[in-house]
Amino acid sequence: MADVAIERNAAPRTARKRASLRTALKRKSTAAFLMTLPLILLILLLVIYPAFYSLHLATLNKSMQRFIGLGNFQFLFKRETFWLVVEQSCIFAITAVFFKALIGFIVAHFVHNIPAKGQRKWRGMLLVPWVIPPAMSTLAWLWLFDPSYSAFNYLLAGVGVDRIPWTGETGWARFSVILVNIWFGAPFFMIMYLASLKSVPDQLYEAAAIDGANWWQRIWYVTLPMMRNIIAITTLFSVIVTFANFDIVRILTAGGPLDRTHVFATWAFRIGIEGGDIPLGASVSLFMVPILAIAAVFILRDINKRGNES
Amino acid sequence: MTRKKLTRRQFIAATALSSAALVTAPYVRGAHAAGKLSIGFWDHWVPGANKASTDIVNEWAEKEKVEVTIDYIPSQGNKNLLTIAAEAQAKSGHDILAMPTWWPHAQAELLEPMNDVVEGLIKQNGEVNGTVQYLGKAGNKWLGVPACVGSQIKGPCSRIDLMKQHAGIDVQAMYPAGSAPKADGWTTDTFLKAAEACHKGGVPFGIGLGETSDSVDTVGAFFLAFGAEVVDAKGNVVVKNDNVRQALEYYKKLMAFLPSDAPSWDDGSNNRWLVSGRGALIMNPPSAWAVAKRDAPQIAEQCWTHGFPVGPKGRFAPFLPYFWSVWSFSKNKEAAKSVLTRLSQPDAVEKMVAASGGYDLPAFEKLTTFKTWAEEGPPKGTLYHYPNPHKHQLLSISASPAPPKVAQQIYTQATLTKMCVRFYRGEPMEKTLAWAEGELEGFMRS
Repeated sequence: MADVAIERNAAPRTARKRASLRTALKRKSTAAFLMTLPLILLILLLVIYPAFYSLHLATLNKSMQRFIGLGNFQFLFKRETFWLVVEQSCIFAITAVFFKALIGFIVAHFVHNIPAKGQRKWRGMLLVPWVIPPAMSTLAWLWLFDPSYSAFNYLLAGVGVDRIPWTGETGWARFSVILVNIWFGAPFFMIMYLASLKSVPDQLYEAAAIDGANWWQRIWYVTLPMMRNIIAITTLFSVIVTFANFDIVRILTAGGPLDRTHVFATWAFRIGIEGGDIPLGASVSLFMVPILAIAAVFILRDINKRGNES
Repeated sequence: MTRKKLTRRQFIAATALSSAALVTAPYVRGAHAAGKLSIGFWDHWVPGANKASTDIVNEWAEKEKVEVTIDYIPSQGNKNLLTIAAEAQAKSGHDILAMPTWWPHAQAELLEPMNDVVEGLIKQNGEVNGTVQYLGKAGNKWLGVPACVGSQIKGPCSRIDLMKQHAGIDVQAMYPAGSAPKADGWTTDTFLKAAEACHKGGVPFGIGLGETSDSVDTVGAFFLAFGAEVVDAKGNVVVKNDNVRQALEYYKKLMAFLPSDAPSWDDGSNNRWLVSGRGALIMNPPSAWAVAKRDAPQIAEQCWTHGFPVGPKGRFAPFLPYFWSVWSFSKNKEAAKSVLTRLSQPDAVEKMVAASGGYDLPAFEKLTTFKTWAEEGPPKGTLYHYPNPHKHQLLSISASPAPPKVAQQIYTQATLTKMCVRFYRGEPMEKTLAWAEGELEGFMRS
């Protein structure tokens, strides 16, 4: 009898459940969630899981059999080469991002001033370095810089200049990897700045001109304030990506000579994969995460604040 | 709409019936009755060389009724190292995986002991050299079967004409094809003088000082020739010793006669140096000669592969063996051992050596006199001394005799070449040694 009673009550409850499910599915937020679910799952699988797994690895000893907490980081802090890599990564990222932003800004202005008819061709051509996979374009640079058969040196010899050990001397090797990074990354800045320039209302420039502002004052008081957010976002994005660079350094110098061009990713690969010390490699690659995360929070907070003010 | 429900009783009855049917069913021997086997071989540089191992394995698989899948994994971009690391982490993957030099030791805890296979092969094919034992054995456990495919000696490959013209050395007379070397006068001092003469003649020796394997192997052999150990076999850091000082002084003199960009050389630079005709000698297996044979035959005709110069503590040549290892989590260990035994039979080894044009080197002493090395050319006999048939040099690896897990770090971080470059660029000897000591102490992590 009890079974019968339960059966009677169950039917309306199931119907109620179905109705509420239908209502939930009709909600915009549910639909949005379901549509983004494949991407969320991909990110969980390919980003979040590896990130947490590398955190776990960084807490293990070399043979990965024992938990040692922050032991790997303590070990790294005592290594001369580690601080060399920290210094180089900072030089590499800061110099490259600065020049990418500067060149991107200048070129964006040039392109902006080209009449609309011919602009598309220039935009397309200037984006070429950015759309070629960096591993491929770096191989071309490697041949240009080749120590013995460099095309650059061939040209220099033609004008009577001594050959340059592009990747053989510490200073030149650093210069070379930064140069290739700038070559690859400047078009991204250019296109972002160009988009931003196009959104600056012409009336502001007209008003500035009426007030007698010269070229520099128009840049300083009109263009730059209007582009502040985009500059902050592109710089943040580029700093993160440049700090994490692997392919350019790996292909061009593999970190040499004398470890003088290693950045975090290439040194982590050398230690973790080639040297068989995966926990230490994971620790090297994770070192910048808290620093970049704090920088990201500050920059994004600033952008948010300005957005609210306007 | 009616829906038929499966009751608990019906479910149990169906499960019991199907289990009984499976247990009592007759065993039918199918085409792949002995199960499956997956193999990850090293992807050979030499075009067509993979075919020899594929054929041998397929022939074995057909006879043994095993379903085999073979993946050829390239070492370019360290794809093979990434595969080893990934499979070790996942504890899943190929049953057999080709592992270069240091990797059997790095994964020692995850590898199946291969003593039964290797000990049998040693009885059959002769002893293996000390480097194979050093890299392939942890205590009494064999970590893999020494593989013929991919194993190589990185000895000197000289230009016959340029060495005669500039250094007055007849490398063919010193290392005659078909007979024992007459190389008593081929010392580190002679080598230095020859390097100087060829440098003056505008055809310097092409020895790299970068951080990749070729540079590290060469400097390692010279260090051993001077008895220069940086970490001893017990794992003590002993870098501050006179033999190391002597080796550094020697390398400093030698570096003055090498191309100025040698510190940025990678493993392809020396090959290009030889093939382009710019140098009189490089340190490489015969792959550079093989490329020259294809692209610059007039240069290949003048190449002669021979032994290292002898130093105060002996004559050492870099030997880099590959191993075929079986994971402890392999699902078909018996089949794996069976196919590895087949691959190590003299007839199979000879086929693989021939397919690689003599590049591949067996580790077993009775297998170093195949006709391929005697007959390859031009010039005929150019590879005769490549497999060290007269055992006139000790086959070694850079950073030995340090415990393999420490030596792997020394090797990978190119500590020896970095020491040479630092000292050559004017750093005081004691400062270089102090720097190295700090690095080496860092490699002692366990």
